[in-house]
Amino acid sequence: MIAFSLVPTASWYLVLSAVLFGIGTFGVLVRRNPLVMFMCIELMLNAVNLSFVSLARKLDDINGQTIVFFVMVVAAAEVVVGLGIIVAIMRNRNSVTADDLVELKG
Amino acid sequence: MNDQIPEFVGPAIDWFSVSPLIVLLGGALLLLLVGSLTPQWRRGWYGLVSALTAGAAIVLSIFLWRDVSSSGAKLLVGGALALDHFALLASIAICSAVLLVSLVTSDYLAGENSDMPEIYALYLTAAIGGIVMVAANDLIVLFLGLETLSLSLYLLAASNRKRTESQEAGLKYFILGGFASAFFLYGVALTYGATGTTRLVDINSSLNSYITVPRNDTLLLVGVGLMLVGFGFKVSLVPFQAWTPDVYQGSPTPVTGFMASAGKVAALVALVRVFVTAFPSRADDWGPAVFILSALTLVIGSVVAVVQTDVKRMLAYSSISHAGFILVGLEVSSHRSSPNVGDGLTAIAVYVVLYAALVVGTFSVVTVVAQKSSDGAASLDAFKGIGKNNPVLALAMTVLLLAQAGVPLTSGFVAKFGVIQAAINVGSYELAVVAMVCAVIAAFVYLRIMVSMWLSDSTSSESAKVPLFSTIAIAIAVAVTLVIGVLPSLLLDLTSNFTQLASK
Repeated sequence: MIAFSLVPTASWYLVLSAVLFGIGTFGVLVRRNPLVMFMCIELMLNAVNLSFVSLARKLDDINGQTIVFFVMVVAAAEVVVGLGIIVAIMRNRNSVTADDLVELKG
Repeated sequence: MNDQIPEFVGPAIDWFSVSPLIVLLGGALLLLLVGSLTPQWRRGWYGLVSALTAGAAIVLSIFLWRDVSSSGAKLLVGGALALDHFALLASIAICSAVLLVSLVTSDYLAGENSDMPEIYALYLTAAIGGIVMVAANDLIVLFLGLETLSLSLYLLAASNRKRTESQEAGLKYFILGGFASAFFLYGVALTYGATGTTRLVDINSSLNSYITVPRNDTLLLVGVGLMLVGFGFKVSLVPFQAWTPDVYQGSPTPVTGFMASAGKVAALVALVRVFVTAFPSRADDWGPAVFILSALTLVIGSVVAVVQTDVKRMLAYSSISHAGFILVGLEVSSHRSSPNVGDGLTAIAVYVVLYAALVVGTFSVVTVVAQKSSDGAASLDAFKGIGKNNPVLALAMTVLLLAQAGVPLTSGFVAKFGVIQAAINVGSYELAVVAMVCAVIAAFVYLRIMVSMWLSDSTSSESAKVPLFSTIAIAIAVAVTLVIGVLPSLLLDLTSNFTQLASK
């Protein structure tokens, strides 16, 4: 029998956050719908939040946990601005995909 | 941290030291609140209020400058912000950009029949973000400043609701900017994990002490790398520059000028402060990375600019190559063993101030010219024949372009000479050579615009009349360019004692 414990340590969460961040990055790069790209950016930010919390736990330091609140506020502000821009484009055209946004080329 | 905190005690705040931020915030709130409650103001007043606010912030920054000269650099708000000459000079550059751009925007929006207070309020909030960035002594404060600046810029880029290019530019900027912010933040998280703090000064002391807990250098280096990638997107270093030409072309022209000046100065100065204050002990690791980024940025920025046909895209690539020059200064700062390592910081400070004035002036002229053209675009054709129709405007543009190319007797020469000299002083000859060659290649781009202005016949014969506010803005930019070009000691004397960044 191989004995190993299944008690999660901080490293588990760090790996998970790295994987989530990777999924987010991949999503921004391959998806063509701005809304989905936008969700992937939010996923990246939340992956970072997970990192901050688990590192704060590991370092036994409260600062990492307070940082998360700042990041959440910033993410919320980004939602407001991002959706505002997307809605403005939606009103002018019927659809928004990254492939439609081709007016600027040179 | 204590287990029990009986009562929250906030940090002591020296209100006068943060007064430029308060003034800018007050101006932004005034414009938004009063502007939305009262009927449309008379023409030009929104821009005037914004310009006056920025002017007040500049005056306060000059008072602070004298304070710092007499009593030395210090940290504010419990160590979150730094007050030193480096930050103040960058703040003054940012506020000057707001001042000039507000004047130009006022005329631009009057021409589009859509003058509104929101644009100016966004300039002011962007400036707040920029000043927080250049003064930040904490990576999270830096992140908040970065987001304040970026969110304002996304909206400004998309602010022209009549033109679809503007919205496209806003969306592209938003997606890539958010992407970059996430990278930067992940870098901050890993650095925090490796050092246990986000204060720049504390990171440095934690890295220099050998008795702390075993450090994880992989974590730290990955963190630093991710931060460099995040900054690379923000200041459009090659290979992270793909968004820049599209966004610069699509945004309303005065906004492009603001992005290229204030936005870039803030991000570059913050980048320099982070690497010089927090990671000098790892200079051997980031030095080569900065070297490669700098060389790539210089070469690609100058070479690709040559084949563009739209003036805004040309200037976008030219701003990329300017960022490369400033990175040369950062590379200089990585040579810790050389006695001349401080030259890098001085050269960067001089460069960003002169660059800000220069680029605002250039884009002001482009604004005036593009608005007169039939489709509102700034193609090279729109510049044809200005030399005959409006020789004064063409002369101003010529001076600004010569300065961008780095011709002697203009401020651009002072800036580029300073950076290249600093690189040579620390023995970074390869980079100095690359920078000089690229300056020559880039000069070709500016010559193309000049040829178009002076040697081509105009498509329309009507004389391009320049509105009053734009005239003032262009005149100020040209005056700075020429005065500093002829008497560089005015600025160099101020910046000679720059090597000391605030550390306690």
